[in-house]
Amino acid sequence: MSVNSNISIALSDIGVMTRRNMLRYFRLPQLLIFNALLNVVLLLLFNYVFGGAIRTGGIAYIQYFLPGFMVQTVVFGSTQTSVGLAEDLSKGMIDRFRSLPISRPAFLTGRVVADAARYAILIALMIIVGSIMGFRFENGVLPALAGVALIILFGIALTWVGVFIGTSVRDVETAQVAGFVWVFPLVFASSLYVPIETMPSWLQVFAQVNPVTPMVDTMRALALGGSLSASLWKTLVWDGVIILIFLPLALRRYRLMGQ
Amino acid sequence: MPSSIVCTDASISVEGINKRFGNVQALDNINLMIDQGTVFALLGPNGSGKTTLVRILTTLLRPDSGSAHIAGFNVIREAQSVRSVIGLAGQYPAVEEILTGKENLEMIGQLYHLGNVEAKARATELLQKFELSDAENRKVKTYSGGMRRRLDLAAALVASPSILFLDEPTTGLDPRSRLGLWEIIAAQAKDCKTVFLTTQYLEEADRLANKIAIIDKGKILREGTNQELKQCCGGDTLVKVRIADRNELPKASDALKELGGENLHSYPDMGEITLPANGGTFLLPEVVRRLDAEKILIAELALKPPTLDDVFLSITGHPAEETTELKEGSSNTP
Repeated sequence: MSVNSNISIALSDIGVMTRRNMLRYFRLPQLLIFNALLNVVLLLLFNYVFGGAIRTGGIAYIQYFLPGFMVQTVVFGSTQTSVGLAEDLSKGMIDRFRSLPISRPAFLTGRVVADAARYAILIALMIIVGSIMGFRFENGVLPALAGVALIILFGIALTWVGVFIGTSVRDVETAQVAGFVWVFPLVFASSLYVPIETMPSWLQVFAQVNPVTPMVDTMRALALGGSLSASLWKTLVWDGVIILIFLPLALRRYRLMGQ
Repeated sequence: MPSSIVCTDASISVEGINKRFGNVQALDNINLMIDQGTVFALLGPNGSGKTTLVRILTTLLRPDSGSAHIAGFNVIREAQSVRSVIGLAGQYPAVEEILTGKENLEMIGQLYHLGNVEAKARATELLQKFELSDAENRKVKTYSGGMRRRLDLAAALVASPSILFLDEPTTGLDPRSRLGLWEIIAAQAKDCKTVFLTTQYLEEADRLANKIAIIDKGKILREGTNQELKQCCGGDTLVKVRIADRNELPKASDALKELGGENLHSYPDMGEITLPANGGTFLLPEVVRRLDAEKILIAELALKPPTLDDVFLSITGHPAEETTELKEGSSNTP
Protein backbone atom coordinates (compact mmCIF):
# COMPACT_ATOMS: atom_id res chain seq x y z
CA MET A 1 0.00 0.00 0.00
CA SER A 2 1.37 3.43 -0.87
CA VAL A 3 2.29 5.96 1.77
CA ASN A 4 -0.34 8.31 0.40
CA SER A 5 -3.22 5.91 0.77
CA ASN A 6 -1.93 4.94 4.22
CA ILE A 7 -2.11 8.57 5.25
CA SER A 8 -5.56 9.05 3.79
CA ILE A 9 -6.77 5.91 5.59
CA ALA A 10 -5.30 7.17 8.86
CA LEU A 11 -7.01 10.55 8.38
CA SER A 12 -10.31 8.89 7.56
CA ASP A 13 -10.04 6.70 10.69
CA ILE A 14 -9.27 9.75 12.83
CA GLY A 15 -12.26 11.50 11.24
CA VAL A 16 -14.61 8.62 12.08
CA MET A 17 -13.35 8.40 15.66
CA THR A 18 -13.56 12.19 16.11
CA ARG A 19 -17.14 12.20 14.87
CA ARG A 20 -18.00 9.41 17.29
CA ASN A 21 -16.63 11.39 20.25
CA MET A 22 -18.27 14.64 19.14
CA LEU A 23 -21.63 12.87 18.86
CA ARG A 24 -21.19 11.68 22.43
CA TYR A 25 -20.81 15.30 23.57
CA PHE A 26 -23.81 16.52 21.65
CA ARG A 27 -26.16 13.64 22.25
CA LEU A 28 -25.32 13.43 25.93
CA PRO A 29 -25.00 17.17 26.45
CA GLN A 30 -25.26 17.02 30.25
CA LEU A 31 -21.50 16.65 30.60
CA LEU A 32 -20.75 19.58 28.33
CA ILE A 33 -23.44 21.72 29.95
CA PHE A 34 -22.32 21.08 33.53
CA ASN A 35 -18.74 21.58 32.48
CA ALA A 36 -19.72 24.94 31.05
CA LEU A 37 -21.78 25.82 34.14
CA LEU A 38 -18.92 24.92 36.45
CA ASN A 39 -16.64 27.24 34.52
CA VAL A 40 -19.19 30.06 34.62
CA VAL A 41 -19.69 29.63 38.39
CA LEU A 42 -15.92 29.63 38.99
CA LEU A 43 -15.56 32.69 36.80
CA LEU A 44 -18.18 34.58 38.80
CA LEU A 45 -16.82 33.43 42.17
CA PHE A 46 -13.21 34.24 41.49
CA ASN A 47 -13.97 37.60 39.97
CA TYR A 48 -16.39 38.85 42.59
CA VAL A 49 -15.03 37.10 45.72
CA PHE A 50 -11.27 37.40 45.28
CA GLY A 51 -11.12 39.99 42.55
CA GLY A 52 -11.35 42.96 44.88
CA ALA A 53 -8.57 41.69 47.15
CA ILE A 54 -5.96 41.02 44.49
CA ARG A 55 -3.79 43.93 43.33
CA THR A 56 -3.10 43.71 39.64
CA GLY A 57 -1.30 46.95 39.00
CA GLY A 58 -4.14 49.20 38.11
CA ILE A 59 -6.12 47.11 35.64
CA ALA A 60 -9.54 45.68 36.45
CA TYR A 61 -9.34 42.15 37.80
CA ILE A 62 -11.56 40.74 35.04
CA GLN A 63 -9.08 42.08 32.47
CA TYR A 64 -6.17 40.52 34.34
CA PHE A 65 -7.84 37.24 35.08
CA LEU A 66 -10.05 36.25 32.11
CA PRO A 67 -7.14 35.48 29.72
CA GLY A 68 -5.82 33.13 32.41
CA PHE A 69 -9.24 31.69 33.03
CA MET A 70 -9.46 30.63 29.37
CA VAL A 71 -6.23 28.72 29.92
CA GLN A 72 -7.63 27.16 33.08
CA THR A 73 -10.62 25.91 31.08
CA VAL A 74 -8.40 23.74 28.91
CA VAL A 75 -6.21 22.60 31.81
CA PHE A 76 -9.26 21.36 33.73
CA GLY A 77 -10.75 20.12 30.47
CA SER A 78 -7.85 17.75 29.93
CA THR A 79 -8.78 15.87 33.12
CA GLN A 80 -12.12 15.10 31.46
CA THR A 81 -10.13 13.38 28.73
CA SER A 82 -8.72 10.90 31.26
CA VAL A 83 -12.17 10.22 32.65
CA GLY A 84 -13.82 9.73 29.26
CA LEU A 85 -11.04 7.51 28.03
CA ALA A 86 -11.01 5.40 31.19
CA GLU A 87 -14.73 4.94 30.72
CA ASP A 88 -14.22 3.86 27.11
CA LEU A 89 -11.54 1.39 28.08
CA SER A 90 -13.63 -0.17 30.83
CA LYS A 91 -16.41 -1.00 28.36
CA GLY A 92 -16.58 -3.68 25.68
CA MET A 93 -16.45 -1.20 22.80
CA ILE A 94 -12.69 -0.92 23.01
CA ASP A 95 -12.32 -4.61 22.11
CA ARG A 96 -14.37 -4.06 18.99
CA PHE A 97 -12.21 -1.09 17.93
CA ARG A 98 -9.01 -2.97 18.66
CA SER A 99 -10.18 -5.92 16.56
CA LEU A 100 -10.71 -3.66 13.50
CA PRO A 101 -7.98 -2.81 10.99
CA ILE A 102 -7.89 0.83 12.13
CA SER A 103 -4.67 2.80 11.87
CA ARG A 104 -3.16 2.52 15.30
CA PRO A 105 -3.28 6.05 16.72
CA ALA A 106 -6.79 6.77 15.39
CA PHE A 107 -8.70 5.78 18.50
CA LEU A 108 -6.72 8.12 20.78
CA THR A 109 -6.22 10.88 18.23
CA GLY A 110 -9.95 10.99 17.49
CA ARG A 111 -10.55 11.78 21.14
CA VAL A 112 -7.90 14.49 21.23
CA VAL A 113 -9.36 16.21 18.16
CA ALA A 114 -12.88 16.05 19.59
CA ASP A 115 -11.57 17.49 22.86
CA ALA A 116 -9.91 20.35 21.01
CA ALA A 117 -13.35 21.20 19.58
CA ARG A 118 -14.79 21.02 23.10
CA TYR A 119 -12.15 23.50 24.31
CA ALA A 120 -13.05 25.91 21.50
CA ILE A 121 -16.70 25.84 22.60
CA LEU A 122 -15.84 26.42 26.26
CA ILE A 123 -13.43 29.26 25.49
CA ALA A 124 -16.06 30.96 23.33
CA LEU A 125 -18.47 30.71 26.24
CA MET A 126 -15.92 32.18 28.65
CA ILE A 127 -15.39 35.13 26.30
CA ILE A 128 -19.13 35.75 26.09
CA VAL A 129 -19.69 35.58 29.86
CA GLY A 130 -16.51 37.60 30.45
CA SER A 131 -17.71 40.33 28.08
CA ILE A 132 -20.93 40.62 30.04
CA MET A 133 -18.82 41.04 33.18
CA GLY A 134 -16.87 43.83 31.51
CA PHE A 135 -13.96 42.09 29.81
CA ARG A 136 -12.67 43.65 26.57
CA PHE A 137 -9.94 42.57 24.12
CA GLU A 138 -7.79 45.72 23.89
CA ASN A 139 -5.40 44.55 21.20
CA GLY A 140 -7.59 43.75 18.20
CA VAL A 141 -9.27 40.67 16.78
CA LEU A 142 -6.32 38.88 15.16
CA PRO A 143 -4.14 38.74 18.30
CA ALA A 144 -7.20 37.59 20.23
CA LEU A 145 -7.83 34.77 17.74
CA ALA A 146 -4.15 33.84 17.74
CA GLY A 147 -4.28 33.66 21.53
CA VAL A 148 -7.31 31.37 21.48
CA ALA A 149 -5.55 29.15 18.91
CA LEU A 150 -2.48 28.97 21.17
CA ILE A 151 -4.64 28.01 24.15
CA ILE A 152 -6.24 25.23 22.13
CA LEU A 153 -2.79 24.03 21.09
CA PHE A 154 -1.77 24.08 24.76
CA GLY A 155 -4.98 22.14 25.52
CA ILE A 156 -4.08 19.54 22.89
CA ALA A 157 -0.66 19.07 24.47
CA LEU A 158 -2.20 18.63 27.94
CA THR A 159 -4.84 16.32 26.50
CA TRP A 160 -2.08 13.86 25.62
CA VAL A 161 -1.15 13.91 29.32
CA GLY A 162 -4.81 13.18 30.03
CA VAL A 163 -4.80 10.38 27.46
CA PHE A 164 -1.71 8.88 29.07
CA ILE A 165 -3.36 8.98 32.50
CA GLY A 166 -6.64 7.58 31.15
CA THR A 167 -4.90 4.67 29.39
CA SER A 168 -2.80 4.03 32.49
CA VAL A 169 -5.42 3.94 35.24
CA ARG A 170 -8.36 2.61 33.16
CA ASP A 171 -10.79 3.25 35.97
CA VAL A 172 -13.20 6.15 35.95
CA GLU A 173 -12.98 7.19 39.61
CA THR A 174 -9.21 6.91 39.76
CA ALA A 175 -8.89 8.89 36.55
CA GLN A 176 -10.96 11.67 38.12
CA VAL A 177 -8.73 12.01 41.19
CA ALA A 178 -5.51 11.43 39.27
CA GLY A 179 -6.41 14.35 37.02
CA PHE A 180 -6.77 16.81 39.86
CA VAL A 181 -3.46 15.84 41.43
CA TRP A 182 -1.41 17.37 38.65
CA VAL A 183 -3.84 20.03 37.53
CA PHE A 184 -4.33 22.04 40.73
CA PRO A 185 -0.68 22.98 41.32
CA LEU A 186 -0.34 23.92 37.65
CA VAL A 187 -3.32 26.25 37.75
CA PHE A 188 -2.82 27.90 41.14
CA ALA A 189 0.96 28.14 41.36
CA SER A 190 1.15 30.24 38.22
CA SER A 191 0.50 33.78 37.08
CA LEU A 192 -3.10 32.81 36.36
CA TYR A 193 -4.87 34.26 39.43
CA VAL A 194 -2.26 36.43 41.09
CA PRO A 195 0.98 38.17 40.11
CA ILE A 196 3.87 35.78 40.80
CA GLU A 197 5.75 38.48 42.76
CA THR A 198 3.26 38.10 45.63
CA MET A 199 4.25 34.44 46.22
CA PRO A 200 7.02 33.22 48.58
CA SER A 201 10.27 33.04 46.69
CA TRP A 202 10.50 29.22 46.62
CA LEU A 203 7.07 29.09 45.04
CA GLN A 204 8.02 31.76 42.55
CA VAL A 205 10.66 29.36 41.26
CA PHE A 206 8.01 26.75 40.54
CA ALA A 207 5.61 29.31 39.09
CA GLN A 208 8.32 30.54 36.72
CA VAL A 209 8.92 27.10 35.20
CA ASN A 210 5.25 26.08 35.32
CA PRO A 211 4.06 25.78 31.68
CA VAL A 212 0.79 27.51 32.61
CA THR A 213 2.63 30.77 33.43
CA PRO A 214 4.04 31.52 29.95
CA MET A 215 0.76 30.44 28.35
CA VAL A 216 -1.20 32.85 30.57
CA ASP A 217 1.34 35.64 30.02
CA THR A 218 1.13 35.07 26.26
CA MET A 219 -2.65 35.26 26.23
CA ARG A 220 -2.60 38.31 28.47
CA ALA A 221 -0.20 40.09 26.14
CA LEU A 222 -2.24 39.13 23.07
CA ALA A 223 -5.49 40.26 24.70
CA LEU A 224 -4.33 43.42 26.42
CA GLY A 225 -1.13 44.38 24.60
CA GLY A 226 2.39 44.23 26.00
CA SER A 227 5.63 42.39 25.43
CA LEU A 228 5.18 38.92 24.06
CA SER A 229 8.27 37.23 22.69
CA ALA A 230 9.73 35.51 25.77
CA SER A 231 6.50 33.98 27.00
CA LEU A 232 5.43 33.00 23.46
CA TRP A 233 8.63 31.06 22.88
CA LYS A 234 8.40 29.38 26.24
CA THR A 235 4.84 28.33 25.53
CA LEU A 236 5.66 26.86 22.14
CA VAL A 237 8.64 24.98 23.58
CA TRP A 238 6.46 23.62 26.38
CA ASP A 239 3.78 22.48 23.88
CA GLY A 240 6.44 20.63 21.91
CA VAL A 241 8.05 19.07 24.97
CA ILE A 242 4.76 17.87 26.44
CA ILE A 243 3.58 16.37 23.15
CA LEU A 244 6.95 14.74 22.45
CA ILE A 245 6.90 13.06 25.85
CA PHE A 246 3.27 12.13 26.34
CA LEU A 247 2.07 11.28 22.84
CA PRO A 248 4.50 8.36 22.45
CA LEU A 249 3.84 7.27 26.05
CA ALA A 250 0.09 7.23 25.47
CA LEU A 251 0.41 5.35 22.17
CA ARG A 252 2.66 2.83 23.85
CA ARG A 253 0.14 2.31 26.64
CA TYR A 254 -2.56 1.72 24.08
CA ARG A 255 -0.44 -0.70 22.11
CA LEU A 256 0.54 -2.71 25.17
CA MET A 257 -3.02 -2.97 26.41
CA GLY A 258 -3.28 -6.62 25.36
CA GLN A 259 -0.21 -7.83 27.23
CA MET B 1 -24.57 -20.72 -7.15
CA PRO B 2 -21.47 -21.38 -9.27
CA SER B 3 -19.65 -24.44 -8.07
CA SER B 4 -16.23 -22.94 -8.71
CA ILE B 5 -16.04 -20.55 -5.76
CA VAL B 6 -12.42 -19.74 -5.14
CA CYS B 7 -11.76 -20.18 -1.45
CA THR B 8 -9.34 -17.75 0.07
CA ASP B 9 -7.34 -19.13 2.95
CA ALA B 10 -9.59 -19.10 6.00
CA SER B 11 -7.79 -21.56 8.20
CA ILE B 12 -6.83 -21.18 11.84
CA SER B 13 -3.77 -22.81 13.30
CA VAL B 14 -2.72 -22.58 16.92
CA GLU B 15 0.72 -23.78 17.95
CA GLY B 16 1.61 -24.29 21.60
CA ILE B 17 -0.13 -21.27 23.09
CA ASN B 18 0.32 -20.54 26.79
CA LYS B 19 -1.16 -17.71 28.79
CA ARG B 20 -0.92 -17.06 32.48
CA PHE B 21 -2.75 -14.50 34.63
CA GLY B 22 -0.99 -14.24 37.99
CA ASN B 23 -0.88 -17.79 39.28
CA VAL B 24 -3.68 -19.07 37.07
CA GLN B 25 -2.64 -20.94 33.94
CA ALA B 26 -5.44 -19.69 31.69
CA LEU B 27 -4.21 -21.57 28.62
CA ASP B 28 -1.89 -24.53 28.77
CA ASN B 29 -0.16 -25.54 25.52
CA ILE B 30 -3.10 -25.18 23.15
CA ASN B 31 -2.70 -26.71 19.69
CA LEU B 32 -5.45 -26.62 17.08
CA MET B 33 -5.71 -26.94 13.33
CA ILE B 34 -8.98 -25.73 11.84
CA ASP B 35 -9.52 -26.00 8.09
CA GLN B 36 -11.40 -23.38 6.12
CA GLY B 37 -15.13 -23.93 5.84
CA THR B 38 -15.25 -25.48 9.28
CA VAL B 39 -17.70 -24.45 11.97
CA PHE B 40 -15.59 -25.04 15.02
CA ALA B 41 -16.98 -25.03 18.54
CA LEU B 42 -14.82 -24.61 21.61
CA LEU B 43 -16.85 -26.20 24.34
CA GLY B 44 -16.17 -25.70 28.02
CA PRO B 45 -17.49 -24.40 31.32
CA ASN B 46 -17.11 -20.81 32.54
CA GLY B 47 -13.53 -19.89 33.29
CA SER B 48 -12.06 -22.72 31.22
CA GLY B 49 -10.08 -20.36 28.96
CA LYS B 50 -12.45 -20.01 26.01
CA THR B 51 -12.55 -16.22 25.98
CA THR B 52 -8.81 -15.95 26.56
CA LEU B 53 -8.16 -18.04 23.45
CA VAL B 54 -10.63 -15.98 21.39
CA ARG B 55 -8.92 -12.78 22.56
CA ILE B 56 -5.51 -14.09 21.53
CA LEU B 57 -6.73 -15.24 18.10
CA THR B 58 -8.41 -11.87 17.46
CA THR B 59 -5.21 -9.92 18.33
CA LEU B 60 -6.63 -8.42 21.54
CA LEU B 61 -4.26 -10.27 23.83
CA ARG B 62 -0.71 -11.52 23.41
CA PRO B 63 0.11 -15.08 24.39
CA ASP B 64 3.03 -15.67 26.78
CA SER B 65 4.44 -18.21 24.34
CA GLY B 66 3.42 -20.09 21.24
CA SER B 67 1.95 -18.65 18.07
CA ALA B 68 -1.19 -18.66 16.00
CA HIS B 69 -1.98 -18.01 12.35
CA ILE B 70 -5.27 -16.73 11.02
CA ALA B 71 -5.66 -17.12 7.27
CA GLY B 72 -1.90 -17.51 7.17
CA PHE B 73 -1.19 -14.27 9.08
CA ASN B 74 0.65 -14.34 12.38
CA VAL B 75 -1.55 -12.91 15.14
CA ILE B 76 1.35 -11.05 16.75
CA ARG B 77 3.55 -9.92 13.88
CA GLU B 78 0.80 -9.40 11.29
CA ALA B 79 -2.00 -8.31 13.61
CA GLN B 80 -3.29 -5.65 11.24
CA SER B 81 -3.68 -8.18 8.39
CA VAL B 82 -5.44 -10.56 10.77
CA ARG B 83 -7.86 -7.77 11.74
CA SER B 84 -8.85 -7.17 8.14
CA VAL B 85 -10.01 -10.77 7.59
CA ILE B 86 -11.82 -11.45 10.87
CA GLY B 87 -15.11 -10.43 12.44
CA LEU B 88 -15.60 -10.61 16.20
CA ALA B 89 -18.71 -10.70 18.32
CA GLY B 90 -17.56 -10.82 21.91
CA GLN B 91 -19.32 -12.11 24.97
CA TYR B 92 -21.03 -8.79 25.63
CA PRO B 93 -22.52 -6.63 22.87
CA ALA B 94 -20.05 -3.91 21.84
CA VAL B 95 -22.28 -1.26 20.31
CA GLU B 96 -22.48 2.48 20.85
CA GLU B 97 -25.48 3.43 22.99
CA ILE B 98 -25.76 6.98 21.76
CA LEU B 99 -25.59 6.12 18.07
CA THR B 100 -28.49 4.64 16.12
CA GLY B 101 -28.33 1.06 14.87
CA LYS B 102 -27.62 2.30 11.39
CA GLU B 103 -24.90 4.71 12.50
CA ASN B 104 -23.24 1.93 14.45
CA LEU B 105 -22.94 -0.32 11.39
CA GLU B 106 -21.91 2.54 9.11
CA MET B 107 -19.17 3.51 11.54
CA ILE B 108 -17.84 -0.05 11.61
CA GLY B 109 -17.98 -0.17 7.78
CA GLN B 110 -15.98 3.06 7.56
CA LEU B 111 -13.42 1.71 9.99
CA TYR B 112 -13.06 -1.36 7.74
CA HIS B 113 -12.46 1.21 4.95
CA LEU B 114 -15.38 0.06 2.81
CA GLY B 115 -16.03 3.58 1.53
CA ASN B 116 -19.09 5.63 2.47
CA VAL B 117 -21.46 4.29 -0.19
CA GLU B 118 -20.54 0.68 0.42
CA ALA B 119 -20.68 1.14 4.21
CA LYS B 120 -24.20 2.57 3.99
CA ALA B 121 -25.39 -0.18 1.64
CA ARG B 122 -23.90 -2.89 3.81
CA ALA B 123 -25.52 -1.39 6.93
CA THR B 124 -28.95 -1.36 5.31
CA GLU B 125 -28.53 -4.92 4.08
CA LEU B 126 -27.49 -6.25 7.49
CA LEU B 127 -30.20 -4.34 9.37
CA GLN B 128 -32.73 -6.05 7.12
CA LYS B 129 -31.15 -9.44 7.55
CA PHE B 130 -31.24 -9.09 11.33
CA GLU B 131 -34.75 -7.64 11.37
CA LEU B 132 -33.62 -4.32 12.78
CA SER B 133 -34.78 -2.13 9.88
CA ASP B 134 -37.71 -0.76 11.88
CA ALA B 135 -35.38 0.38 14.63
CA GLU B 136 -32.48 1.52 12.46
CA ASN B 137 -32.91 5.20 13.30
CA ARG B 138 -33.38 4.69 17.02
CA LYS B 139 -30.52 5.11 19.43
CA VAL B 140 -29.18 1.79 20.62
CA LYS B 141 -29.87 2.70 24.24
CA THR B 142 -33.56 2.11 23.50
CA TYR B 143 -32.85 -1.41 22.15
CA SER B 144 -33.71 -4.59 24.03
CA GLY B 145 -30.96 -7.03 24.98
CA GLY B 146 -31.78 -9.30 22.06
CA MET B 147 -31.71 -6.40 19.59
CA ARG B 148 -28.29 -5.28 20.84
CA ARG B 149 -27.00 -8.79 20.47
CA ARG B 150 -28.26 -8.94 16.89
CA LEU B 151 -26.73 -5.56 16.09
CA ASP B 152 -23.46 -6.76 17.57
CA LEU B 153 -23.49 -9.82 15.32
CA ALA B 154 -24.33 -7.63 12.34
CA ALA B 155 -21.33 -5.46 13.21
CA ALA B 156 -19.11 -8.53 13.17
CA LEU B 157 -20.32 -9.33 9.64
CA VAL B 158 -19.96 -5.84 8.14
CA ALA B 159 -16.78 -6.60 6.22
CA SER B 160 -17.91 -10.11 5.16
CA PRO B 161 -15.04 -11.60 7.16
CA SER B 162 -13.60 -14.90 6.01
CA ILE B 163 -13.21 -15.95 9.64
CA LEU B 164 -15.90 -15.15 12.15
CA PHE B 165 -15.29 -15.37 15.90
CA LEU B 166 -18.34 -15.68 18.12
CA ASP B 167 -17.82 -15.80 21.87
CA GLU B 168 -20.88 -17.44 23.42
CA PRO B 169 -23.08 -16.06 20.65
CA THR B 170 -26.43 -17.37 21.85
CA THR B 171 -26.16 -15.97 25.38
CA GLY B 172 -29.07 -13.57 25.79
CA LEU B 173 -30.76 -14.43 22.50
CA ASP B 174 -34.45 -15.28 22.33
CA PRO B 175 -35.35 -18.55 20.55
CA ARG B 176 -36.24 -16.88 17.26
CA SER B 177 -33.04 -14.86 17.06
CA ARG B 178 -31.17 -18.03 17.95
CA LEU B 179 -32.57 -19.71 14.85
CA GLY B 180 -31.57 -16.71 12.77
CA LEU B 181 -28.05 -16.90 14.15
CA TRP B 182 -27.83 -20.59 13.35
CA GLU B 183 -28.83 -19.87 9.75
CA ILE B 184 -26.15 -17.23 9.45
CA ILE B 185 -23.51 -19.56 10.81
CA ALA B 186 -24.55 -22.25 8.34
CA ALA B 187 -24.43 -19.73 5.46
CA GLN B 188 -20.90 -18.67 6.44
CA ALA B 189 -19.66 -22.23 6.22
CA LYS B 190 -21.31 -22.71 2.82
CA ASP B 191 -19.21 -19.83 1.46
CA CYS B 192 -16.16 -21.78 2.63
CA LYS B 193 -15.72 -19.30 5.44
CA THR B 194 -14.68 -20.41 8.88
CA VAL B 195 -16.61 -19.90 12.10
CA PHE B 196 -14.95 -20.21 15.50
CA LEU B 197 -17.50 -20.15 18.30
CA THR B 198 -17.45 -20.86 22.00
CA THR B 199 -20.26 -22.33 24.00
CA GLN B 200 -21.09 -24.02 27.26
CA TYR B 201 -23.73 -26.22 25.70
CA LEU B 202 -22.97 -29.50 24.00
CA GLU B 203 -26.35 -29.37 22.30
CA GLU B 204 -25.48 -26.06 20.67
CA ALA B 205 -22.02 -27.22 19.63
CA ASP B 206 -23.57 -30.38 18.25
CA ARG B 207 -26.18 -28.48 16.30
CA LEU B 208 -23.89 -25.83 14.83
CA ALA B 209 -20.41 -27.20 14.54
CA ASN B 210 -18.81 -29.94 12.52
CA LYS B 211 -15.74 -29.97 14.72
CA ILE B 212 -15.65 -29.60 18.48
CA ALA B 213 -12.87 -29.28 21.02
CA ILE B 214 -13.48 -29.59 24.72
CA ILE B 215 -11.52 -27.27 26.96
CA ASP B 216 -11.19 -27.38 30.72
CA LYS B 217 -8.85 -25.45 33.01
CA GLY B 218 -6.92 -24.16 29.99
CA LYS B 219 -6.29 -27.54 28.42
CA ILE B 220 -7.87 -29.11 25.33
CA LEU B 221 -9.16 -32.44 26.62
CA ARG B 222 -10.59 -33.93 23.45
CA GLU B 223 -11.04 -32.86 19.87
CA GLY B 224 -13.06 -34.40 17.10
CA THR B 225 -16.27 -34.51 15.15
CA ASN B 226 -19.57 -34.42 16.98
CA GLN B 227 -20.06 -38.16 16.57
CA GLU B 228 -16.63 -38.94 17.89
CA LEU B 229 -17.23 -36.87 21.00
CA LYS B 230 -20.63 -38.24 21.75
CA GLN B 231 -19.36 -41.80 21.35
CA CYS B 232 -17.29 -41.28 24.44
CA CYS B 233 -20.34 -41.05 26.64
CA GLY B 234 -22.47 -43.60 24.87
CA GLY B 235 -24.13 -42.08 21.83
CA ASP B 236 -26.96 -39.71 20.93
CA THR B 237 -29.40 -40.59 23.69
CA LEU B 238 -28.94 -41.31 27.36
CA VAL B 239 -31.27 -42.74 29.95
CA LYS B 240 -31.32 -40.52 33.00
CA VAL B 241 -32.68 -41.90 36.23
CA ARG B 242 -32.99 -39.94 39.47
CA ILE B 243 -33.67 -41.98 42.55
CA ALA B 244 -35.73 -40.80 45.50
CA ASP B 245 -33.15 -41.51 48.20
CA ARG B 246 -29.63 -40.38 47.32
CA ASN B 247 -28.10 -42.74 49.87
CA GLU B 248 -29.19 -45.63 47.72
CA LEU B 249 -27.16 -44.41 44.75
CA PRO B 250 -24.34 -47.00 45.07
CA LYS B 251 -26.90 -49.77 45.33
CA ALA B 252 -28.78 -48.47 42.27
CA SER B 253 -25.55 -48.11 40.37
CA ASP B 254 -24.71 -51.76 41.04
CA ALA B 255 -28.16 -52.84 39.91
CA LEU B 256 -27.76 -51.06 36.56
CA LYS B 257 -24.08 -51.81 36.04
CA GLU B 258 -24.80 -54.60 33.58
CA LEU B 259 -26.92 -52.33 31.37
CA GLY B 260 -24.58 -49.35 31.19
CA GLY B 261 -21.17 -50.92 31.35
CA GLU B 262 -18.33 -48.43 31.48
CA ASN B 263 -20.63 -45.68 30.23
CA LEU B 264 -22.75 -45.74 33.35
CA HIS B 265 -22.12 -42.59 35.39
CA SER B 266 -23.53 -41.58 38.71
CA TYR B 267 -23.88 -38.02 40.01
CA PRO B 268 -23.99 -38.27 43.83
CA ASP B 269 -24.89 -34.57 44.26
CA MET B 270 -28.09 -34.97 42.30
CA GLY B 271 -28.80 -38.63 43.01
CA GLU B 272 -28.70 -39.31 39.27
CA ILE B 273 -27.41 -42.09 37.06
CA THR B 274 -26.99 -41.89 33.29
CA LEU B 275 -26.40 -44.74 30.86
CA PRO B 276 -26.52 -45.01 27.07
CA ALA B 277 -29.95 -45.79 25.65
CA ASN B 278 -28.39 -47.56 22.68
CA GLY B 279 -30.87 -46.07 20.31
CA GLY B 280 -34.16 -47.21 21.78
CA THR B 281 -36.68 -47.04 24.59
CA PHE B 282 -36.52 -50.75 25.32
CA LEU B 283 -34.04 -50.04 28.10
CA LEU B 284 -36.56 -48.03 30.15
CA PRO B 285 -38.71 -50.94 31.41
CA GLU B 286 -35.54 -52.91 32.13
CA VAL B 287 -34.22 -50.07 34.31
CA VAL B 288 -37.50 -49.94 36.17
CA ARG B 289 -37.57 -53.72 36.68
CA ARG B 290 -34.04 -53.89 38.05
CA LEU B 291 -34.46 -50.96 40.44
CA ASP B 292 -37.83 -52.31 41.50
CA ALA B 293 -36.25 -55.67 42.31
CA GLU B 294 -33.92 -53.82 44.72
CA LYS B 295 -36.87 -51.84 46.15
CA ILE B 296 -35.27 -48.56 45.03
CA LEU B 297 -37.78 -45.76 44.47
CA ILE B 298 -37.43 -43.78 41.21
CA ALA B 299 -38.10 -40.02 41.31
CA GLU B 300 -37.54 -39.32 37.63
CA LEU B 301 -36.84 -41.37 34.52
CA ALA B 302 -36.15 -39.85 31.11
CA LEU B 303 -34.41 -40.10 27.77
CA LYS B 304 -32.20 -37.13 26.95
CA PRO B 305 -29.35 -36.07 24.68
CA PRO B 306 -25.94 -36.00 26.37
CA THR B 307 -24.92 -32.67 27.88
CA LEU B 308 -21.54 -31.12 28.42
CA ASP B 309 -21.68 -32.57 31.92
CA ASP B 310 -22.00 -36.10 30.59
CA VAL B 311 -19.12 -35.69 28.18
CA PHE B 312 -16.98 -34.12 30.88
CA LEU B 313 -17.75 -36.83 33.31
CA SER B 314 -16.82 -39.55 30.88
CA ILE B 315 -13.58 -37.81 29.88
CA THR B 316 -12.38 -36.44 33.19
CA GLY B 317 -14.28 -38.45 35.74
CA HIS B 318 -15.60 -35.20 37.25
CA PRO B 319 -18.55 -33.06 36.17
CA ALA B 320 -17.94 -29.75 34.42
CA GLU B 321 -17.61 -27.10 37.06
CA GLU B 322 -17.06 -23.42 37.01
CA THR B 323 -13.51 -22.51 37.79
CA THR B 324 -13.36 -19.90 40.52
CA GLU B 325 -13.97 -16.60 38.87
CA LEU B 326 -11.04 -15.90 36.67
CA LYS B 327 -11.33 -12.62 34.82
CA GLU B 328 -10.87 -14.24 31.49
CA GLY B 329 -8.41 -12.26 29.48
CA SER B 330 -10.14 -9.03 30.33
CA SER B 331 -8.02 -6.04 29.50
CA ASN B 332 -8.04 -5.01 33.14
CA THR B 333 -6.02 -8.02 34.13
CA PRO B 334 -2.57 -6.88 35.16
